[in-house]
Amino acid sequence: MGFKILEKIQLGPDSTLMKIYAPYVAKNAKPGQFVILRAHEKGERIPLTIAGTDKMKGEVTIIFQVVGKSTKHLSLFEEGEEIHDFVGPLGKPTEIENFGTVACLGGGFGTAVLYPLVRALPEAGNYIIVVNGARSENLLILENELRDLSNEYYVTTDDGTKGIKGFVTDALKKLLEEGKHIDRVFAVGPVPMMNSVAKLTKEWNIKTIVSLNPIMVDGTGMCGVCRVSVGGETKFACVDGPEFDAHLVDFDLLMKRLAMYKDLEKYSYELFLKELEEKRCPGKC
Amino acid sequence: MPGKMLDLNRTPMSKRSPKERIKTFEEVALGYSEEEALKEANRCLQCTRPLCIEGCPVHIKIPQFIKKITEKDYIGAVRIIKEDNPLPAVCGRVCPQEEQCELKCVLHKKGAPIAIGRLERFVADYEANLGVSEKPYIDSPKGKKVAVIGSGPAGLVCASELAKMGYEVTIFESLHEAGGVLVYGIPQFRLPKEIVKREVDYIKSLNVKVFSNFYIGRTRTIDELMTEEGFEAVFIGTGAGLPKFMGVPGENLLGIYSANEFLTRINLMRAYKFPEYDTPIKVGKTVAVIGGGNVAMDSARSALRAGAEKVYIVYRRTKEELPARIEEVENAEEEGVAFMFLVNPVKYEGDDKGWVKSIILQKMALGEPDESGRRRPYPIEGSEFPLSVDTVVVAIGQVPTPIIANTTPGLKVHPKWGTLVANLTTGATTKPGVFAGGDVVTGAATVILAAGAGKTAAKYIDYYLNNKNKPNIWEELFSAQ
Repeated sequence: MGFKILEKIQLGPDSTLMKIYAPYVAKNAKPGQFVILRAHEKGERIPLTIAGTDKMKGEVTIIFQVVGKSTKHLSLFEEGEEIHDFVGPLGKPTEIENFGTVACLGGGFGTAVLYPLVRALPEAGNYIIVVNGARSENLLILENELRDLSNEYYVTTDDGTKGIKGFVTDALKKLLEEGKHIDRVFAVGPVPMMNSVAKLTKEWNIKTIVSLNPIMVDGTGMCGVCRVSVGGETKFACVDGPEFDAHLVDFDLLMKRLAMYKDLEKYSYELFLKELEEKRCPGKC
Repeated sequence: MPGKMLDLNRTPMSKRSPKERIKTFEEVALGYSEEEALKEANRCLQCTRPLCIEGCPVHIKIPQFIKKITEKDYIGAVRIIKEDNPLPAVCGRVCPQEEQCELKCVLHKKGAPIAIGRLERFVADYEANLGVSEKPYIDSPKGKKVAVIGSGPAGLVCASELAKMGYEVTIFESLHEAGGVLVYGIPQFRLPKEIVKREVDYIKSLNVKVFSNFYIGRTRTIDELMTEEGFEAVFIGTGAGLPKFMGVPGENLLGIYSANEFLTRINLMRAYKFPEYDTPIKVGKTVAVIGGGNVAMDSARSALRAGAEKVYIVYRRTKEELPARIEEVENAEEEGVAFMFLVNPVKYEGDDKGWVKSIILQKMALGEPDESGRRRPYPIEGSEFPLSVDTVVVAIGQVPTPIIANTTPGLKVHPKWGTLVANLTTGATTKPGVFAGGDVVTGAATVILAAGAGKTAAKYIDYYLNNKNKPNIWEELFSAQ
């Protein structure tokens, strides 16, 4: 009994949106939570943030970027096909209240994780500033959606192809230096980006929440591979998180633990690409 | 049996040689041939007041099934076992019979108890090889729904018992495969996953529904099951799934696994077949497994099979106190696992990339007995020394995950152990309609004790559902002696 793909949309060169039929997950999901899915019988269990739900239709939206074999494999699934396993909602929901002015910073693919939060924050009465950052213009995602939901919207690109040239932290720093009062920051993106945001907001004494993306296997608190150090204490990101106080997170440890299987991941991905090539044109092209 | 000669030659079971078996995840113990089974079964004295049954947590009618074997009615033997235990192929392999039925066998005093476990396994495998499945009598439908949370041994047995009574049973499993610790914990070479699947399929054939990928506490809560989904009673058999760490410096270095992660990658995710299967695992040349229980033995033996050159068991007491089954310790020794006793990790050191490179071990000595009756180890100051390793598996125990208790108002948890508070005779928890049993109540124990608890709970769930309107029914169940 699989989980049917109701809709599939290509968002960018490597990012895909899928709506999956999983009524129980849809029913109880809240912003900040994630699912673990396994595309096929021999697949890995991979965590993906819930980008949205439609409780009436029983739909759960996921957005993912192709970074290795498992996500590549998932991206090859078409509408009407079924994903083998899909469990959730997992993790703790984001604590949402009326903070005042909230800056939401999305770096690269982290923007997809930020999206459900940006949707939920205005309902609680917050003033929303969104900074959507990417390496280059063609990698920016969810631009229209985030612009519509925010009171102030900024874009940064590393190469200056769109918006402010630089990082999301440059945009945030500029706002703060111009005297903008910010009560809370949410930042999701690559580890170095979240680390620099944490450093900056610590100087300005603004409470900052980050959503961490360590390696997970079961995602239910059973294996402990996702352990992170927060304020000197070991936490399991799958059940204690995935969101934590950025000023307490040991980003260096997170970065190292994320690299644990880099070589095997690369090997398995290359093997898979070769297989796909072989299937596409048997023998030699 | 009057006039019968005592035969004290316990029939051995053949095993793969250590050299051969450490290269493969294939099952180590090969099981009895028909001839061996007959020989062993004929040793049974068929006691008029058999003590073996008392030693079995699910009270299998042992002499009866052995009698059927002597009559070569192997299917008849399975039928008798399944009246009490739906998991004969599993229990025949992983039960600690030496502490249970075989300990009570009258021939135990003579040093040669009947090999009950091996006989149980023989008939279960015989049935499977024939490709048939004996089904028990199922009572007419009662029209009442019971939810079972967790598909490990406690949940499977509870579900099958209730299904036989005519209840409509649904098992909710958070992982993608049913079986709980039987699939994620116990390795293939001790319990092939095909066998677990076969016994799960048998339980499904009794009209038990199994929903995998369904995490109670997150996907739905117990209250939602009872108020919105129409379940009149719930059994919690979620086991002890939260790994313990020691909290010593350096424990988050790369290459340090909890036993749960190490075994889950290998067993549930089949990482030993990477890259055919997508989940990887990294096992270095020198592996240290911290702990001395069955999980530690499973981890050590899995590490060897995954390519480690040297595997140590690091245990803070002595061989005498090892909590693992003797059989498992012997298997590990035969395969070349090295045991280090009276040592305890105090620190892990890593390289510049964050990989573990050595453990600082402190020597221990044994003092007075503690509450478990075993002598309490204490550290010898200044005795620290390093052990070079590149992989560590921490196997010092598991406690129940707090997720269900945290999301179920009214369920009480033992403040120190994290286990659910429940009456051990009936399984009744502090919340009316909700029962629990197995590791989630007792803390990490054995497959068969969990199975026994599931069976007991099923009996009292039936009693509860028949007497729901009786005044003070829950007080009666919760305070039963």
